[in-house]
Amino acid sequence: MLDVDFFRRWMAAAAAAVDREADRLTELDSAIGDADHGSNMQRGFAAVTAVLEKEDPQTPGAVLVLAGRQLISTVGGASGPLYGTLLRRTGKALGDAPAVTDQQLAEAFASGVAAVGQLGGAQAGDKTMLDALLPGVEALGTSYAAAREAAEAGATATVPMQARKGRASYLGERSIGHQDPGATSSALLIATLAESYERGGGGS
Amino acid sequence: MRMLINVPETVVADALRGIAAAHPELTVDVDNRVVVRRDAPVAGKVGLVSGGGSGHEPLHAGFVGPGMLSAACPGEVFTSPVPDQMVRAAAAVDSGAGVLFVVKNYTGDVLNFEMAAELAEDEGVQIAKVLVNDDVAVTDSLFTAGRRGTGATLFVEKIAGAAAEEGAPLERVEAIGRRVNEASRSFGVALSSVTTPAKGSPTFDLPPGELELGIGIHGEPGRERRPMMTSGEIADFAVDAILEDLRPDNPVLLLVNGMGATPLLELYGFNAEVQRVLSERHVVVARTLVGNYVTSLDMAGCSVTLCQVDEELLRLWDAPVETPALRWGR
Repeated sequence: MLDVDFFRRWMAAAAAAVDREADRLTELDSAIGDADHGSNMQRGFAAVTAVLEKEDPQTPGAVLVLAGRQLISTVGGASGPLYGTLLRRTGKALGDAPAVTDQQLAEAFASGVAAVGQLGGAQAGDKTMLDALLPGVEALGTSYAAAREAAEAGATATVPMQARKGRASYLGERSIGHQDPGATSSALLIATLAESYERGGGGS
Repeated sequence: MRMLINVPETVVADALRGIAAAHPELTVDVDNRVVVRRDAPVAGKVGLVSGGGSGHEPLHAGFVGPGMLSAACPGEVFTSPVPDQMVRAAAAVDSGAGVLFVVKNYTGDVLNFEMAAELAEDEGVQIAKVLVNDDVAVTDSLFTAGRRGTGATLFVEKIAGAAAEEGAPLERVEAIGRRVNEASRSFGVALSSVTTPAKGSPTFDLPPGELELGIGIHGEPGRERRPMMTSGEIADFAVDAILEDLRPDNPVLLLVNGMGATPLLELYGFNAEVQRVLSERHVVVARTLVGNYVTSLDMAGCSVTLCQVDEELLRLWDAPVETPALRWGR
């Protein structure tokens, strides 16, 4: 079972990963966006860390709902509402159980990813977050390691795509040849999920 | 890159403290990042709230005041504000007559204003929205995020703001805002890249001797790159790009806008060229505004915005306005 500590570890690992990779995310974003994805995600996850500390939520669902709300309130841009919705809707789907199964998390995460698709209106192949999230969530039914690999492969696969959503879409064909920063940070989020699982199992 | 800042993390807050000190007629909430005209809410008047990433000054905070915006919500540099800001602004300016959100068409702005509208309506504030999407450099299709909101934002905020000041109800202020947007088109050109405080180096490389045509206001590279052109050649290119899309039968408002680092001497020279092209194409200019209004940090370059106006829109354009960056008639 995955308990509240597991989800707190996941958010802490995500914050650390975003910190570590901030420059790379910003670098990717300067090629086809506006050079701020790293610093925006850094600000958001630093705020998530602070609010989890302060409010000390007691269930897996509550951790993700609070983290999602905090991202919406601090990130701005498209990433704030999209990542915020991803975590908030995943958390809502987990309900108020004190611990959840791998299967429940996989299903809840799938509903979070679906909510991102609905909010942003993007589809697979549009060179967005979804190109990492969709394969990642599909593989999550198999294993956490498989999800990480699938999400990373999904992010890499955005390189030859032409962007059809978000700011990169203004570039048309010139967006081809660059990895999407949103897909890259999405793959990081899934990688930290796998990392949290491998380091401590379900936590209880 | 040398910048007149303390640290990148505080540029927006530092600027807001400076705006507060320079403009006692505005209420500036530095912590929550909301700039409100001091007499808000004005009884019976529709509120106008806009916002967007910082780095486009004087847009939007410089357009807060009688006859234009009721409040502005500045986000981080080139990053849309968060919903909490717009909810707070809406609550501060709503007199019961409702609030119009003026939203530039960027994915982030659209999503955050959408969330804010839902939250504000939950709190009992009636919300309407006008989306500004005037940039002809972007093809409006299923394969892009749609046209960007640029220079026409100033026209929408001024003209809808004048309608609200006259006491028009929310549906009418919204309808006028839409009309202005639909009648407006822009095209922008960059002579240099842009440097954000967070990155500290140029967002894209523009080699000497080249210029970027069809740029946005966030350092997004443009539609194409060409060897440097003269002011007259740029005017021909920009005006023709607009006229391909909007063929005005009526007189137009003309905004010749600087991107931030182009001297007014050059902008006025460019205005002369734009007026020449418009005259050659038989477009009548009713009013002209030249200056740095919808900027992109330290980018050199300019944009041209045309807005086709009828008598009513022209009257509202001429109506008194009293904001830090735009003021006349009072």
